[in-house]
Amino acid sequence: MSEKKETSSYSGTDRLNGQTAGDTRREDAPVLKIERMSISFTQYDRGMHQTSLPVIRDLDVEVQAGEMVAVVGSSGSGKSLLAHGVMGVLPYNAAMGGRITYCGEELTKERIEKLRGREIVLVPQSIAYLNPLMKIGPQIRRGNKAAEAREKLRGIFNRYELDEGVEALYPFELSGGMNRRVLISTALMEEPKLVIADEPTPGLDLAVAKRAMSHFRELADMGAGVLVITHDLELALEVADRIAVFYAGTTIEEAPVQDFEHEETLRHPYTKALWRAMPRHGFQYIEGTQPYVKNLPAGCSFAPRCPHRGEACGKEMDYRMVRGGKVRCVRAE
Amino acid sequence: MNRQRVVFLVKNILRVLLLVICVSIVTFALMKASPVDPLQANVGQAALGSMSREQKEKLQEYWGVDTPPLEQYLAWAGDFIRGDMGISLLYRQPVASVIAVKLANSLFLMAMAWVVSGILGFALGVISGMNRGKLADKLIRGYCLVISSTPVFWLALLLLMVFGVWLRIFPIGLSVPIGVEAGGVTFADRLYHAVLPALTLSITGVSNIALHTREKMIDIMESDYVLFARMRGETGWRLFKYYGFRNVLFPAVTLQFASISEVFGGSVLVEQVFSYPGLGQAAVSAGLGSDMPLLMAVTIVSALFVFGGNLTANLLYGVIDPRVRRGGEEK
Amino acid sequence: MRKINRRQRVLLGLGLSAVFLAAVCIWGSLGTEAARATDFSRKNIPPCLQYPFGTDWLGRDMLVRTVKGLSMSIVIGITAAAVSAVIALLLGIASATMGKAVDSVVSFVIDLIMGVPHILLLILISVAMGKGLKGVIVGVAVTHWPSLARLIRAEVLQLKEMPYIKIAGKLGKSRGYIAVKHMLPHLLPQFIVGLVLLFPHAILHESSITFLGFGLSTEQPAIGIVLSEAMKYLVTGKWWLALFPGLFLVVTVVLFYILGQSLRKLLDPGSVHQ
Repeated sequence: MSEKKETSSYSGTDRLNGQTAGDTRREDAPVLKIERMSISFTQYDRGMHQTSLPVIRDLDVEVQAGEMVAVVGSSGSGKSLLAHGVMGVLPYNAAMGGRITYCGEELTKERIEKLRGREIVLVPQSIAYLNPLMKIGPQIRRGNKAAEAREKLRGIFNRYELDEGVEALYPFELSGGMNRRVLISTALMEEPKLVIADEPTPGLDLAVAKRAMSHFRELADMGAGVLVITHDLELALEVADRIAVFYAGTTIEEAPVQDFEHEETLRHPYTKALWRAMPRHGFQYIEGTQPYVKNLPAGCSFAPRCPHRGEACGKEMDYRMVRGGKVRCVRAE
Repeated sequence: MNRQRVVFLVKNILRVLLLVICVSIVTFALMKASPVDPLQANVGQAALGSMSREQKEKLQEYWGVDTPPLEQYLAWAGDFIRGDMGISLLYRQPVASVIAVKLANSLFLMAMAWVVSGILGFALGVISGMNRGKLADKLIRGYCLVISSTPVFWLALLLLMVFGVWLRIFPIGLSVPIGVEAGGVTFADRLYHAVLPALTLSITGVSNIALHTREKMIDIMESDYVLFARMRGETGWRLFKYYGFRNVLFPAVTLQFASISEVFGGSVLVEQVFSYPGLGQAAVSAGLGSDMPLLMAVTIVSALFVFGGNLTANLLYGVIDPRVRRGGEEK
Repeated sequence: MRKINRRQRVLLGLGLSAVFLAAVCIWGSLGTEAARATDFSRKNIPPCLQYPFGTDWLGRDMLVRTVKGLSMSIVIGITAAAVSAVIALLLGIASATMGKAVDSVVSFVIDLIMGVPHILLLILISVAMGKGLKGVIVGVAVTHWPSLARLIRAEVLQLKEMPYIKIAGKLGKSRGYIAVKHMLPHLLPQFIVGLVLLFPHAILHESSITFLGFGLSTEQPAIGIVLSEAMKYLVTGKWWLALFPGLFLVVTVVLFYILGQSLRKLLDPGSVHQ
């Protein structure tokens, strides 16, 4: 509590993260850069054998200050682990590989433990992530009873049009419409440079979902780097700057949002298939299902479903630059 | 209080009443089934000789061969409700007054043990659950395993041996000093005599609540809301204070109320070893001496406490959990 | 990898406990006469090399008596627990499959049994059956089934809702076929683990009730009898009479717990992550 920075009273138009004097970090470095991240679980097979289950194998993504990047993947593909990996809260039987850098410096275990909840914040997907037996107000303030904290919270609630009475409610008493705004309020209690939103629109109707997404866009516009993890490509396209497509444990393409206007400007066959599956482009069904992590094919994991597969697809894939985006496909050019 | 809660309350109380009635029926039936005839067994006892004719008739009415069992039960139950629990054959006194004295002794002992074991067990469970897999957790789990494998009476023997016989710090038995008039017994005397039995009960009572609290604590530490709290930078004491404490306290308090039966059961054995004149010792002597009226009364009084504890646990949940207290219905 | 992993450790614990318990039972059942043999030339000897557990006031070898007593308690405990487990199995399945009325009756009976402190109920049953061995076995059997019955009931209820079992029913498989082919393989491991975990409780309660004087006569040196006799000589400073038999009783019960928990770890598919 003592390491609290001077808390300026919050005003909505301030940039969230004006660089403080004497900060040695490089200003042009991305806020978050994840290279070749892998996360696997150890478990017992039949009998005495231990096996490892690679849920994320090869994940690359980077987020600049003031930018909103969406990692898009289908539900249940383990992409939430990406957030847990960055925040340093993976379960004990999980192992993480690869390299994460934050503002140009490696994000070690010690560093994330210092930064999380202050410079790096996560907005969870539902109110199941709130303590059911603690009132909303104290919970967002993390028990801080100081006048500044109270005032700051009031400012945030004003901004999100939440009534002051909400502070005295328990999480189960919130109405569906309030949930999202209460959750995002937790992020604004500090001055975050990096906001990770884990599945911010689970099962919401379109209007509410759009509004939830636009809140994160605002955070990016105020200067924070925002990483949104979502299953909803269409919604992501409306607010994000760049999209990283996650398939069977790997990122297979990273492209600016503009590239999604036409199928031809996209690079990977799966991204193209996703594009065609969008309602406004004909709602075309993608044959087959994502492979289970235990029996992934060698080389390109999309190959079994790919109409263009060839012999080269069975080899190790590089994540390479093509036309200003990144792609993990030998045929893309 | 809304309607739902009232209905809940009434239903619970009715259930407890029904349970107590059934306990009394089963107890009575078991006593009737016994091959030992309490009148025959105690014929030589002074108790029978000194009884009034009226009292003897009553015993005949409950236990004699002339009346059908149902009538015997009804006669006994009717008197019992009016506060006439019969005459104890061993103590030559009305059962009600025997129970009153013994219960007071036992309650003193059990309340001490119940509170101490509750607090200690809760603390150990929390420490263990928050440090899962670490040394503290292993030690606490080991302690619980050994303690729950240790017969209460043997632990009592052990403590008696060490503190009573070897070190002579605590008395070997009884709830008050020998040879002191009832009026001369101070609170300090009672406390002094209750320490060892209460200690025994506390040591054994810890295991259940500690293991249960540990499980809950682990669930909580793995819950989404603690995960999120950790992502917000909370650790250690703050994590426990704001996120663990209340969530783990409620089930622990509920469990402690629901496990009064174990303290009662333990006290039977402990009182026997320390010759502590409480309800438990009365039950054992009543059982060994075929003092049916006393044994039945002890059973029913115990059952009342146990069911009372369960009822309190049920009701407490509604009072302390805001999800039940406010809004009434969970989503 | 040289280091043995968790499963192998569990298996080791399981094997060692089983061997120890079996050894106690076999040795104990052989030495009935030795346990009763009195010899006044060797009265009240504290633990020494020849008599590691010492001898009592009648010159009986406490080691022999301890092992004999333990083996008796184990046999009685296991018998009672087995009866109890069968009751649990029947009532658990009945309350899960035979409709709401049966279910609420069973749960009422469970509440009833839980309402009287176990040791008190054991006294009542013992008195009702005229004391003796039968009363102990019946008492322990009657008081120990509720938790296992609840477990089995929950398990059966869950199984009933499983898609593959519902489909088997729709496909016209008979109830018996479904019960044997689909339900039993899931229920059996749970039942075995539950049964083994009843042993320690049953042994503890058996020794407690005999200690109080409701079980066996002094002719039969069950561990509770041995200890209750020891209590009378405690004040005279003969600590070994109570210490060793009790210690061995604790070890026995701990090993049964370990046995049960090891079995659970091996049989429970949920433990794959550990």
